[in-house]
Order: sequence, then C-alpha cells, then structure tokens
Amino acid sequence: MSHSTHPAAEFTASGFIPSGQIQLGVFFQGVNSGTVWKAAESGSQTDFESFRRIAQTAERGLFAAFFLGEGLRLREHLGRPHALDVAGRPDAQTALAALAAVTTKIGLVATQNTTYNDPADLAHRLSTLDLLSGGRAAWNIVTTDNAWTGANFRRGGYLDHADRYTHAEAFVETAKRIWDAWDDGAVAGSASAERWSAEGSVRRVRHTGRHYTVDVTPRLPRSAQYRPVLFQAGDSPEGRDFAARQADVIFSAHPQLDDALEFRRDIVERTLRAGRGAQDVKIMPASEFILAATPREALEKKAWVRSLQIGPQQAIAYLEQFWGRELQGYDPDGPLPDIDPVVEETSETRGSGFHGAKARQLADQWRAEATEKGLSIRQFVSAKTSRGDSTFTGSYTEVADRLSEYARTGAVDGFNISPWLIPSGLDDIVNHLVPELQERGVYPTEYAGSTLRENLGLATPAHTGASVEVGIDSSSVTAQA
Amino acid sequence: MSSHSAQDGPREHGLLLLELDGAGSHPAAWRVSRTAPAAVLGPEHLRGAVLAAESAGFHAATFSDPGMPAPGHPDAAARLNALQRAAFAGPVTRSLALIPEVDTAYTEPFHISTQLASLDYVSGGRAGWLVAASSSAADAAAVGRDTVRGDRLSREAADSIEVSRRLWDSWEDNAVIRDVPTGRYLDVDKLHYIDVENGSYSVKGPSIIPRPPQGQLPVLAPAGLLTAEAVAAGAADALLVSAPTPGLLAAELAATRAGLAAGGDGPALIAELDVVLDSRGQPAAERLAGLNGHTPWQSPRAQFIGSAAGLTDLLTEVLAWAEGVRLHPAVLDTDLEELTRLVLPELRRRGVLAPTSPDATFRDQLGLARPASRYAAASSAPGAEN
Repeated sequence: MSHSTHPAAEFTASGFIPSGQIQLGVFFQGVNSGTVWKAAESGSQTDFESFRRIAQTAERGLFAAFFLGEGLRLREHLGRPHALDVAGRPDAQTALAALAAVTTKIGLVATQNTTYNDPADLAHRLSTLDLLSGGRAAWNIVTTDNAWTGANFRRGGYLDHADRYTHAEAFVETAKRIWDAWDDGAVAGSASAERWSAEGSVRRVRHTGRHYTVDVTPRLPRSAQYRPVLFQAGDSPEGRDFAARQADVIFSAHPQLDDALEFRRDIVERTLRAGRGAQDVKIMPASEFILAATPREALEKKAWVRSLQIGPQQAIAYLEQFWGRELQGYDPDGPLPDIDPVVEETSETRGSGFHGAKARQLADQWRAEATEKGLSIRQFVSAKTSRGDSTFTGSYTEVADRLSEYARTGAVDGFNISPWLIPSGLDDIVNHLVPELQERGVYPTEYAGSTLRENLGLATPAHTGASVEVGIDSSSVTAQA
Repeated sequence: MSSHSAQDGPREHGLLLLELDGAGSHPAAWRVSRTAPAAVLGPEHLRGAVLAAESAGFHAATFSDPGMPAPGHPDAAARLNALQRAAFAGPVTRSLALIPEVDTAYTEPFHISTQLASLDYVSGGRAGWLVAASSSAADAAAVGRDTVRGDRLSREAADSIEVSRRLWDSWEDNAVIRDVPTGRYLDVDKLHYIDVENGSYSVKGPSIIPRPPQGQLPVLAPAGLLTAEAVAAGAADALLVSAPTPGLLAAELAATRAGLAAGGDGPALIAELDVVLDSRGQPAAERLAGLNGHTPWQSPRAQFIGSAAGLTDLLTEVLAWAEGVRLHPAVLDTDLEELTRLVLPELRRRGVLAPTSPDATFRDQLGLARPASRYAAASSAPGAEN
C-alpha cells in the first residue's frame, strides 16, 4: 500500500498524522427522501424498537456513535405538511437516554439547536445524558434563524441570519463553562464525608449577552469523559472557523476522496490558527452505503433504492418546492417544466439548506442541465436528491478497498452513515463490510474504551482549575464574536 | 373512572406511586444510603431503583426535579434531569408507569410536549407528566427570565398543558398511512395546526412527533396549582393532595373531592405521604432524629413515622378515599426494603391494590379510556377546515 507520492505527506508540515484507521457512525435521520419507506421490509420510524435495533446493531459493529437529528417544525409543501417523505421523530435526548439503558459502548449524539434552547437547560440535560450513559454523550450543534421555525416557540424568530454563529458561539462557551463548573473529585467519596460536595468546588456561571442572560450554579458534576463531545456541521467559512474553535468532530459534507483531503487541509489550517492541535478536530462526512456481494448486484440494488427514494410524486413535489406552484400536470418522465417559478426566493419550509436560492435563476440553470444530460424530471430529481457523491456503491470488498484509501491518506476519521432502510439498514454493513475493513487493519477490532471521547481518540479538555473564576461577563463574550 | 366515595371500602383499585429521587427524599439520606454519593448519579443506581420498585409491585415511579438546595449547604446534592431518568427507565421496566416532574414556568412548551410524547414511545405507553411550576428566583435566573409568581404560575402551567395536549392531538392516530400507490407517507388531512395564542406566546404546530401511544399522557398536578376552572376543563387527570399530618389526609381528600365540579369523571386523587419506617431493629423515630440532626426535613407533606404494620393500616384507610398514594421514602434503599418486604404484600392480601400488568398503559392503570384526537371529529365533518 505504499506510494511514492503519499498524500499524507502534504500534512507533515502541519503536524497532522493520519491514524490509518476509520470509524463509523450512524445517523438516524429519517425525515427526508433518503429513507425508503415503501419497501416491504421498511419498519416503523417512531417505535422504540427501530431505534434499539439500529443502535444495538451499530454497537455490534463497533460503531463510534449513534446520531439523532432534531425536528422543530414539520417540513411543509405549498403551505401544508409535506406528505410524501418520512416525517415525525422523537426528541433526540429522550430517545438517547432510553438507548443509554440498552447499549454500553456506543456514543449517543443529540442534534440540538442553539436558537430555541436555553444554555443552562440544554447543558444540564446533556450532562444528564453523559452521566446516565457513563460518558458517551455528544451534542451536534446546529443553529436556525428563521421565523418559520420560531413560530413553535415562546421566543419566536428573534435571530438575524448574520448573528447566528455569534449567538451559537456565546451559547457553546456558556455551556462549556457550565460543564467546567465542578472540580474533579468535588463529590464526596463516601457517606461519611462532611459534605456532599467539597466546599468551594462548584462555581457559579454568569453570562450577559445580546440574546440571553444566564446566572446559574450548575447542578451536575463532570462525567467520565469530562464533558459531552461536540459535533458541528457548518460548511461555510464562518461555520468551519466556528468548528475549528469549538468542536471535537465535524460532521462534514465532503465524502469524495480529493474533496475530503482538501477539506482536511483546510480544517487543519483553521484548527492551528485557532490555537489548537492538528489532531484536535476529527472529520466524519455524511454518507450512504449501498452494498452487495458483487458489484453488479450492488448497482441493481442502487437502482431499486433510487426508484423508491424518488417516486413520480416526489419528483414533481420536489420541483414544486422551488417553483412555488403546483406542477401536477407535468409528466414525471418528461422534461422539466417550461413555465417559470412564481416565487422570488425558495422557501425555508423544506426544512433543509436550500432556502433563499433565487428561484428563477435556479430554474433556468436546472432546465439547461437536464436538457444537456437528457434527464427526465424523475431522473433529474433523483440525481439532485441522492447526494450521489456521498454514496458508496459496490461489493463489500470494493468498498472496503475504497475506504482503506481514506484511512491511509487521513482524509477523514470516519463516516456517518445514513441508513436508507429502517431498522435493518446496518445489517449488511456490520455483517460484511466491517469484517473486510478489520481484515485490512483499518477498523477497530474492539472499543478502545468506554467513553465516546476515548473511542474517538480525543484528548480530555484542559481543566480550568479551581482558582479560576468561571463566570464570564458580556465583554469577554462579545470580544470573541 | 372508578367511583370516588369512601363507602365502597377496599376496591382493589389503589395505586401506589414511589418517588425515586436521589438517595431518598430526606435531604440527609445520602449520609446513611448504601449507595456512594457519586454513584447516585450513575446508570446502575437508577436501573436498580426502578427495577426494585417494579418488582415490589409499585404501579408508578415519579422522578422529581428539585432545584439545587442553596449552594454551600452541606447536603446540597446534584440532580439528574427528571425526564431523562424516566426515559432511561423505559426499556428497563415493563409495567411501571414513569412520571417525571417537568416545570412549566421556564420551559418551552413545544419541547416539553415532544419530550413527553417521546417518553411515551420509549416506555410503550407508560408515561405520565407531573406538572410543576417553579417560583424559584434561581430557576428564573438560569434562563434569564423574570421570576413567575402568584396567578401567573397557575396560568403558565395551564397554558403549557393546553399546548402539550393540543400537540399530542395534532397528528390523528392514523396520520401515517404509507400509501405506496399515491406515494403518500402521511395523510395531510390528519395533521393539524394548533395555532395556540394565549396572550404570553403562540405555538403553531403540528407536533414534530406522531401522536403518543396513549393518545394523551395522563397529567398529574399538585392540588391548588391549577384553577378550579382549568381542572373542570380537564387540564389534569389526577391531583396530588397534601395534608399536614396523616390523620388529616382523609379530610383533605374529601374536601378536595367536594371542591371538584359535581358529576362526570373528575380527576383521580393521589395522596402525598412521606415515609420513615422501623428498620433492622432501629425505630423510625430514631432514624428520623438521626437524619434531622444533619438537616431538618422541611416537607410540606404528611409524614408517617413508625412500623410497617401501622403504615399498612394507614394506606388501607387512605386508599378508601383516594385512587392512589405517592410514597416519599426518607431513605430509598432502607425504606423501600421494608415496603417491599412487609407493606405491599399485606396491602395486596387485603385487596386494596390494583393489579399490575406488563401490557397496561398508565391510562389503563388510571381507568382512563384512550381518547380520540380532538381534531379527528373536526376533520371528518364535511367541509371542516383545520
């Protein structure tokens, strides 16, 4: 496997050293067209048994982490809830607390929004999950700013788009201070101690900022992994810098090898600029796996999966989201609509990152693209929505070989798999792909430890120490904005 | 629901709820507990506690969520989030109803509704909600809000219950249709915006999670928190009733019952009782004196301090006036052992306890039918829009 032009050599100057290993995570996302609900073997998206089975299968395959997304408003289509895709999901931390009882090693990652949570409450709940899981909790940090989501909350849509990272950063800083507020060993070792917690071992945390005010004496001590691991998915330059300063793991959108290497270089650079070590931020791109015993079977399976992900109704509905009007008269197997969108900008109600695009411009671009490639509506939408570049299709050995390249070059630390079938979607990965990876020496053969931090190879955060006043004031936060 | 008069005598309907907070309900409980202080925050303590409560034959566990005692107090102990403790207990238990205390004053109703519905899913329909309304300045400061006091506490609680109840109904039971020929996962006509506007805030809906297994989770509230109007309108399915002494509980239950709107199915009444029992040759009074020597137990509830036999008699009497009793053991491991060994078997022999069943929902335990969504009728009526 040695090459004379070792891609990892490019990292040498930065101090980044590839581990030669990859890890896997599973993202139980559900609520979009990626999940096949039409097959006979498609199970419930809400019953706890589906969650238990995915999590326990992942743990059998030594996965590092089990992720849950968060929903704060149902996706809509032309002003009504979207009917065609999987919808509805549980509160992430409630489901993960239950999974903590039936798993022992896998990390439990809750996607939680900084905009519609309070820092003291969210930090307390994440601490609870961390303690109940023996140090396996993580927070996937996301931000929202639209009033459409805000319509479900007391505070409404109060945040400007431009402010969302400033707000998120102050939020995360405050949460870290809350997790830092108890000294190590603060809790009495036995019933015969004088006090439940040592005198002066818990510090009050105060924050006064533009968007919220916190004054709290944190209620929980540190966990076995010190504090929850932080994941973040922002991809804009701002988002990347935010991750480089604050996150332990980036849930990235760059799964292709070349692109992933470029992303790694960029993140290492930003991480070093932020005053952290080259290895301090792990990268796990979102991905989809379509596997079979032979390459040909895998391709056939892929065609079947795609046909179920985007049926004729979904193809038309997808375009309607961008056109802002009904397009029921158009043939899903015909060309893209010749009429123009009726909206200026596409709406946020899809619940994804597509909103705000200039609709007319987008339509022209898409029509040109479809004509050039000779694609029907259905083919075009299938290509657009399948996140083709994040799909690994092939035989178990082919895909294991491909993934070994990622391990060897250090392009990523692992992959976050979105299974397209619930609850059996990890079975072939765990039964067939994982052993192939283990044979190639690029995948763990046991859990490194019992906490998520240990299993991801992350260092314990630096202790603040008892003598430092942890409370922060508004000036120290705005200075970082 | 079962009838509410004391004349019926033992009814085999009585429910026993056990409060499972920390090392016990007495603030100094950790000093005599067999569990090390830090271990009380770990998964094995919680797993052991809920399994012990279930095998003892309790019908429900409650998980209180007290704020921190004043920082600096020698007995100030850390506390895990109540709802997540209940969720952890979901897959561990089979018949125990799981009832976290969740505040309404400083929380987002949309989150609470989703979290409680999710608890109902992870427990297979065994979730309940013990409504709290915090007037603590510390709780308010933690989230940067003004302290809620007086009538507003009652209103915030009622508003939050209303939002949750509407969100739980906002997906009709059969909204997920998975209709392959039309490509529809959902029947959108069975999803409803709740459009709540209550003067303080608005919530649009629908819920982010389908209707919980029980349809509506049973809601428990301390008697006196909600207004008589809110109770009459069905905000709570059960009221928790406290009295200064055990001897006054029956009278307090009768008075509470009399204050409820006549006719129809009123809320169940659940008596609140602190418990300190004789244990391993040590009289209860002596045990309590030892604990109070560290920190006095300033409880708003009636306290039973004595023998298992005495408690059995008291519970038999109180269960003639109430649908249930919630026990707050001074020290969880010590008192639960006595309850398990001596009290619950005798109560069961006397026929005052409802049976427990692994298939029962919490609504089943309370004798509540599973209600249709309030929006179901509206959408099936011709021309109705919602």
